[in-house]
Amino acid sequence: MAAIDAHFRRDWPGFSLDVDLHLPGRGVTALFGHSGSGKSTLLRCIAGLERAPQGRLAVDSEVWQDAGRWVPTHRRPIGYVFQEASLFAHLSVMGNLRYGMKRVSDAQLVSLDHAIELLGLGHLLDRKPDRLSGGERQRVAIGRALLTQPKLLLMDEPLSALDRGAKAEILPFIEKLRDHFALPIIYISHDLAEVERLADHVVLIDQGRVVGAGPLADVQSDPASPLARSREAAVSLRGVVEAIDATFGLIAVAVAGGRLLAPAPAASVGEARRVHILASAVSLAREKPGRSSILNVLPARVVAMNPLDAVEVVAAVALGEDGEGARLLARMTRKSWEELGLAPGQNVYAQVKSVSLDAGRAEGAKN
Amino acid sequence: MKGTNMLTDSDLQAIGLTVRLAGVVTMILLLFGTPIAWWLARAKTSWKGPIGAVVALPLVLPPSVLGFYLLLAMGPHGPVGHLTRTLGIEPLPFTFRGLVLASAFYSLPFMVQPLQTAFEAVGDRPLEVAATLRASPLDAFFTVAAPLAAPGFLTASILTFAHTIGEFGVVLMIGGNLPGVTRVASVQIYDHVEALEYTQAHRLSAVMLIFSFLTLLALYAWRPNPKNGG
Repeated sequence: MAAIDAHFRRDWPGFSLDVDLHLPGRGVTALFGHSGSGKSTLLRCIAGLERAPQGRLAVDSEVWQDAGRWVPTHRRPIGYVFQEASLFAHLSVMGNLRYGMKRVSDAQLVSLDHAIELLGLGHLLDRKPDRLSGGERQRVAIGRALLTQPKLLLMDEPLSALDRGAKAEILPFIEKLRDHFALPIIYISHDLAEVERLADHVVLIDQGRVVGAGPLADVQSDPASPLARSREAAVSLRGVVEAIDATFGLIAVAVAGGRLLAPAPAASVGEARRVHILASAVSLAREKPGRSSILNVLPARVVAMNPLDAVEVVAAVALGEDGEGARLLARMTRKSWEELGLAPGQNVYAQVKSVSLDAGRAEGAKN
Repeated sequence: MKGTNMLTDSDLQAIGLTVRLAGVVTMILLLFGTPIAWWLARAKTSWKGPIGAVVALPLVLPPSVLGFYLLLAMGPHGPVGHLTRTLGIEPLPFTFRGLVLASAFYSLPFMVQPLQTAFEAVGDRPLEVAATLRASPLDAFFTVAAPLAAPGFLTASILTFAHTIGEFGVVLMIGGNLPGVTRVASVQIYDHVEALEYTQAHRLSAVMLIFSFLTLLALYAWRPNPKNGG
């Protein structure tokens, strides 16, 4: 299996980058952090656009950089999508799409026609970039990068320069890339919702250092991770649709260690879906609650706790009486935590007030 | 022989020589000025300042000073003179080739500076994009940087051509005044005035004036579209 080993160290005035990373060579890896945290610099180092003198980079066991070796950017089999589409202003959409394609030998990943169809570019081919909307430009930039038949796709906040409408237009295309191609993607973002929707693996970057890395659900459910401190802290779980209750418009989704009821307009049994549960939507009880409007009450075991501030704490619980299932975060006051006498190892009931599902897609092929 | 209401043969010969000189110099500077401008636009070394200043020198130096040094260099005791003797070529002073070489130095900033500005305006990003699309640096120069800087190439060529047409001091120092070889229009006008042939001087001067005005008009009236897209 392909994998990426990266080690970079470089000092700039007022900023230093020092990372040691091992990334899976499949799925979407999100580099998440504030602006100025060094995510873009790291991505540029991987692309060879920036050079960290003390660095080592191997992709798919091919060395792109070490003490005695430097593969220049144009010889690295990458695709790169910049924050601004950066289309060539002197070329039409077709000219832009063909620019990289002409320079590689064959189309193992995607053909020109396929890329045009996938990204819905058919009616734009003769236009110049200045006659395109922001979303259209970014779609062309994605197509142009794909047509170089990359072994690794690097995306530097491809949505952040776009308005909400254009974002909503592009996200499904990126999901298609993830689901239809065996192409590892490294995706930079500072938008948690984007990461939760797209990523399989997360690397948290702060001040040029890696402060957390792992599968999305693991990083999300670690109460000590910076993600858990966010107001929007949530976990994203892989689930499979088990049953459909058409009378109430609900579906039952099985996740590791439990079963959740969630509203869903469309689903079919056996389908894989991503389930999002906010830390603020989960409360814990020592005894099984009586009749309540909350549909989802699941046995779980407390795994860890981290105080957020003087008032609030965030706890991780693992579903199932044995505490072996998927992990959720629960945010509560410190007062509640202490009065209930909660502690790691304790069995509790997790009450989940709301569960949301992603738009729905085939995820069966993965993991 | 003096024409009654038109330019004389020697005037026409001088104009022809002037246009030829300007054309050759423009070609040569496109070839040599482009890499210099590219380097000045992209290099990140402290050499950039001194080299930029040397390139800009002809803008402020009296042409006679430049011409004097070039004459010394091309003369029998100068380095260029040594080179031509070693190679068995005719010495450069008072030849058309000598004039071309001197004019190229004199017009260098008119080629380099507009190109440098154009290359700087292109910026790093299109070249980075080209690199991620498998284009080698040379490939990216010809397929991305040069097309994006096309208006700069046009401006630089027009300015170089026009400026070479108008030079006088350097020509006089290097080329002297040999009809058909080094006697360009500006020198011809000087000769007419020296000989008190004011009518001839008027006619040739008017031709030069109109040409220069039209050139500059073309340059100022023609504005490239503001760069957009991407």
